[in-house]
Amino acid sequence: MTALPTLRRQRHPLAAGAAQRRLLAELPLSRSFEAALTASGLEPLRPMGTDVLQLNVGKRCNQTCGHCHVDAGPDRTEMMSTEVVDICLRVLASSGIGTLDITGGAPELHPEFRRIVEAATRLGRRVIDRCNLTVTRLPNYRYVPGFLAEHRVRVVASLPYYQSRQTDAQRGEGVFDASIAALRELNALGYGQPESGLVLDLMANPVGAFLPPEQSAAERDWRRELARRHGVVFNSLLTITNMPISRFLDHLERKGQTHAYLEKLVQAFNPAAAAGVMCRFTLSVGWDGTLYDCDFNQMLDLPVSSPSARHIRDFDPAALGARAIATGPHCFGCTAGAGSSCGGAVA
Amino acid sequence: MESDHYYRDADLARFGDIGKGAPELWEKFRAWYDAVFAEGALSAREKALIALAVSHSVQCPYCIDAYTTACLEQGSNEEQMTEAVHVAAAIRGGASLVHGVQMRNHLERLGM
Ligand code: SF4
Ligand code: SF4
Repeated sequence: MTALPTLRRQRHPLAAGAAQRRLLAELPLSRSFEAALTASGLEPLRPMGTDVLQLNVGKRCNQTCGHCHVDAGPDRTEMMSTEVVDICLRVLASSGIGTLDITGGAPELHPEFRRIVEAATRLGRRVIDRCNLTVTRLPNYRYVPGFLAEHRVRVVASLPYYQSRQTDAQRGEGVFDASIAALRELNALGYGQPESGLVLDLMANPVGAFLPPEQSAAERDWRRELARRHGVVFNSLLTITNMPISRFLDHLERKGQTHAYLEKLVQAFNPAAAAGVMCRFTLSVGWDGTLYDCDFNQMLDLPVSSPSARHIRDFDPAALGARAIATGPHCFGCTAGAGSSCGGAVA
Repeated sequence: MESDHYYRDADLARFGDIGKGAPELWEKFRAWYDAVFAEGALSAREKALIALAVSHSVQCPYCIDAYTTACLEQGSNEEQMTEAVHVAAAIRGGASLVHGVQMRNHLERLGM
């Protein structure tokens, strides 16, 4: 799974969400996601409330990982405007939403990253930075680790494996070594250290078309190996399934594995995981302010179903609370086995 | 049904069909099999590596495919999996070689 240019740069047909949705809809799967939900008494899927506001502040990234569902990369220019940032912060201030989860791309590359973190912290909200680690090695972003520690931001850092070969195969040459350097710096600031209160979680996704390992067993392996080989410590390991979206979908297509992978996810459907999917607790905002049930639907151009509240400027908890979550075959990625979300396994 | 191949990967998914001839035996096998691979004194990851090695020893292509996937899904890596295959190969090779003692015993009986 070597890193390729973004689908957008390749002018790849799968750069468009609609083309991805069409490809997935045409697969002859043994059952639909909606049928699986019906059998579990969950159709239509409804939100349970909004605990987390997740901002995707833009698609720019210093990496082009082979599995990226955002199709992020250095050539992407989409970026949340000051106006949309301000509306998001107003919504955060006026609603009871307790957590701001900042993602991208590499969210730290957004020119207003610091302002967003500072404002949310002032409001007393918990802040999560989904950090690719290597961004902190770039000359203009060396301030990031210290800044995150100062604002006690929870860091959720991507590290697919505790060895360089697998990590670099998915995320690019040299990424593992740079990630370890970043983790060491975060550790030195107190991140991941007992009783510091500075939380450093690692997010691991499989390096290929298979399901993630059982989370607690993997956490033991990662903890032992990262300590032994690199002296790195962390709080929790979160496992996440590769979603058949954007670059991972393209990877599956090139390997002729799309149908087999989707059917594997279908066969591993777990009703308990379906009951806990993150879209029931999270609202996702795109760089242009459009609202989505999750970051995955965002990349498939599948906005929330409530017509009166499709943009953060029209944020309306009642209308959003009554909506049915927009689902499709890709959702099997969230419900396979122990389930999968931005917070790791769910069941 | 095609009959030009003895091993087709699609057949792995049809393993359960064997239950059609003797459902109770199949159910007993399944229950026992699942219990064998559950986390116990050995971890599920260790058991998958053992299964991968044994798969090579019994040379079952279905088992090799299934336990290659299972090892990855338990968090093992290519190095660990390859070492497991070497363990199987070493035991197979060693098992042949240790029979050389049998040969020597017989040589001694026949020789002068
Ligand atoms: S997976 Fe994360 S780090 Fe990798 S290209 Fe996508 S946004 Fe960037
Ligand atoms: S893909 Fe999104 S909408 Fe579908 S189950 Fe997962 S979180 Fe929910």
